[in-house]
Amino acid sequence: MSAETQTTVEAAPREQAEARLRPIRWKFPITYAILALISLAVFALLAPAESQTQFRLATSTDFFTIPAITVPSAPTAWVLGLALAVLAALALLRAVQRRRLGVWHPIVFGALFVLAFLVWAGAGRGAVIPLVTVLTGALALSVPLIFGAMCGVVGERSGIINIAIEGQLLAGAFLAAVAASLFTSAYVGLIAAPFAGAAVGALLVWFSVKYHVNQIIVGVVLNVLVIGLTSFLYSTVLTQSPEIWNARQQLPALPIPILSQIPIIGPVMFNQTILVYLMYAIVILLQIFVFKSRWGLRMRSVGEHPKAADTVGINVNRTRTINTIFAGSIAGLGGAFFTVGQGLAFGQEMSAGQGFIALAAMILGRWNPVGALCAALLFGFSTSIGNVLSTIGTPVPSEMLLMIPYIITIFAVAGFVGRVRPPAAEGVPYIK
Amino acid sequence: MSVQGAPGSTQPAAALKDAEGRAHYALRQLGQSSWLISVLAVVVALVVGAVLILAANPAVQSTLGYFFAQPGDFFATSFQVIRDAYSALFRGAVFDWQAPNAQRSIRPITETMVNSIPLILAGLGIAIGFRSGMLNIGGQGQVILGASFAGFIGYAFGLPLGAHVLLALAGGVLGGAIWGGIAGVLKARTGANEVIVTIMLNNIALFLLAWLLRQQWFTQSGSNQPQSAPVDESARLFGLLGDGFRVHAGFLVAILATVFVWWLMERSTLGFEFRAIGENPQAARTAGISVGKATALVLIVGGALCGLGGAAMLLGTEHRLTPGIAGTIGFDAITVALLGRSKPLGTFLAGLLFGGLTAGGVLMQAQTGTPIDIVLVLQSVIVLLIAAPPLVRAIFFLPRPDGEPRARLRRRRSKTDPPRDDADPGGQSTDQVPDEHHQEQGSHR
Repeated sequence: MSAETQTTVEAAPREQAEARLRPIRWKFPITYAILALISLAVFALLAPAESQTQFRLATSTDFFTIPAITVPSAPTAWVLGLALAVLAALALLRAVQRRRLGVWHPIVFGALFVLAFLVWAGAGRGAVIPLVTVLTGALALSVPLIFGAMCGVVGERSGIINIAIEGQLLAGAFLAAVAASLFTSAYVGLIAAPFAGAAVGALLVWFSVKYHVNQIIVGVVLNVLVIGLTSFLYSTVLTQSPEIWNARQQLPALPIPILSQIPIIGPVMFNQTILVYLMYAIVILLQIFVFKSRWGLRMRSVGEHPKAADTVGINVNRTRTINTIFAGSIAGLGGAFFTVGQGLAFGQEMSAGQGFIALAAMILGRWNPVGALCAALLFGFSTSIGNVLSTIGTPVPSEMLLMIPYIITIFAVAGFVGRVRPPAAEGVPYIK
Repeated sequence: MSVQGAPGSTQPAAALKDAEGRAHYALRQLGQSSWLISVLAVVVALVVGAVLILAANPAVQSTLGYFFAQPGDFFATSFQVIRDAYSALFRGAVFDWQAPNAQRSIRPITETMVNSIPLILAGLGIAIGFRSGMLNIGGQGQVILGASFAGFIGYAFGLPLGAHVLLALAGGVLGGAIWGGIAGVLKARTGANEVIVTIMLNNIALFLLAWLLRQQWFTQSGSNQPQSAPVDESARLFGLLGDGFRVHAGFLVAILATVFVWWLMERSTLGFEFRAIGENPQAARTAGISVGKATALVLIVGGALCGLGGAAMLLGTEHRLTPGIAGTIGFDAITVALLGRSKPLGTFLAGLLFGGLTAGGVLMQAQTGTPIDIVLVLQSVIVLLIAAPPLVRAIFFLPRPDGEPRARLRRRRSKTDPPRDDADPGGQSTDQVPDEHHQEQGSHR
């Protein structure tokens, strides 16, 4: 008790001293200012005069129906652009005062910027921008990414680099489809999928912990192995008798009674399959358990300083083994989304590089479950907007929109967006 | 990397030889040699592949139904199936003794050469990274950029015969070097992990190519299909064996590149710096090597070789840019470099092996219905096993290289630790990457 008070007393003046000495952080205000300028110069100035943008917000099951909103494009873009400029100015002011801004600032800024972009992109095209569809698509595209990123967080926090997330997702998708088809129940597929991911995780940890093979190499090769195995079995067994081995099974949507009727949020978040609800639970539980539980502390300690962990009696390699296999089962569960989650049959290489994007989301989220969630949502959202806008037809090529998350990730690892620091002992085999 | 091949000093070796007898000594020597591990890894991979082929074969499945009544049937059918599949694999890759004429019989080996050209070139690029302690996962993006640059020069510029193809190849080198250079410069200047940057660059390259192929100024094809115009005759790599064979001058380029990489890594100052930063960046810095410059150059040279691979493929066989031009070459090149233990000649041979597996896989699929995907399984099992020599030794009951009998070792292991030389020879040089990266990152804090 007394020690605690002592530290707080000491800490206060040090904090003040740091605040006086800390250089002004120009990076964020400048970024905001550039984005605000873009929204004013491009979205507002170039929005065709007299044109309108239509948004559809509602679905038929809501409490009350919001009619499609039609806004005059140019004035709305001006208002949004000016609001962004105000927010950028606020960021600048706070930076000069060397004070921090709340979490709300980037969120509001981002939302307004996207809205300004949509107003401009949909201006005068006579098409309605279905906001609910954009958001539902964003969540659906994010689900495997989020599961994969959670797998990455658990694995890398315990010191094992996991490039094999791609393979784990694919293996999960494969086994989920086969098990669901054999037992004609999507739920059996859901139960089976984690075992496939865990098996890949077990191989990863077997080679990297027992034989000290470079973890990135094992991961890359395991991806090839899983692609080869699943494609081979798909082309032989699954296509010989698809009605037995690869029949479509879909998890039913389970709308949560009251929540699912809230406009916009309801149909997007609370009218989902059990897999998505499991995802919410896993993210929340991991955020708590990684940072607040004995398991999480041990996991982080073997990832940061295995020797110290060993000294206090933690079995480093066993902790890594268990956590990596557990992480693999999370990714395997995520893989189930490709098949039973969407009611699709298994197809060759259907994970299509999502595992690598999940890896990027984890890094962008700074090895933190909620951070990784936000990053994965960013990837899903930009892909979803890209898809919707490519059907409407926009001034910006959809390929450019789809590139954005990858470019952001490169900026992030290069240290332009905050500082990214991986667990210290990541990728280093522990040899006593 | 030399740990495996290097024989111990003669004094203890002689003593051990006396103690254990000749047979055991010879076995242990074999267990140490890396080529034996490679051969055994291939054997295990073929066995794994055989099991898969049998499991998926309907004829074999039906004999399993009455296995206990007539086990002979099962074994006969299995033997038949495996022999058919693997003989087709061999005939498709090396020499087809069932072909109607001589030209068709020797065509498989030339197809193997065709397939191996981009694999060898890109594999060399990745191998340079491995030797220098860097994991370049971005072969895919570098191949795409190389092919795009080479293709654009190939069909958009009108130049005389010799100059055109050289300029197009140089364009491929430039494209790959730019893409690799982005990762290299970022790593050198900011410590950005090259694994993540190159993975992201792969995806960006894919979208960039998809966008370019929708632009008329780029494709010059006048069609709505996402593909470019074919490269001019003057920019194509000429065939080596005339009509009926696809093998082209790109194979000579691959040989030249292999020799060049050998010279670069083993004989040049720059190569020495590359290897030095791979072995120990701190020591390299102390010795006066500019680690940042060498880091950037490693990825630039590696990217250039990958780009050359893409260019050779486009100018030699494909001729048109399509969204899927790179296939999976960038990723296959990683396994090629691993299998080749990051040495030039090893990479060359590994590229030939993988090219052969692909060529043979095509014939195997056509003749026996065994999907070509089995080749991916073979490749990955081979590389996994080669990366873990102790596992191969355990499978074949070979003695450990330190010469200790297994039983005594098991007893001892409960008390002390396994010896360090268990570590993977291929991975040893690359183990340093994350380590060094984290230290750099950590020091920013």
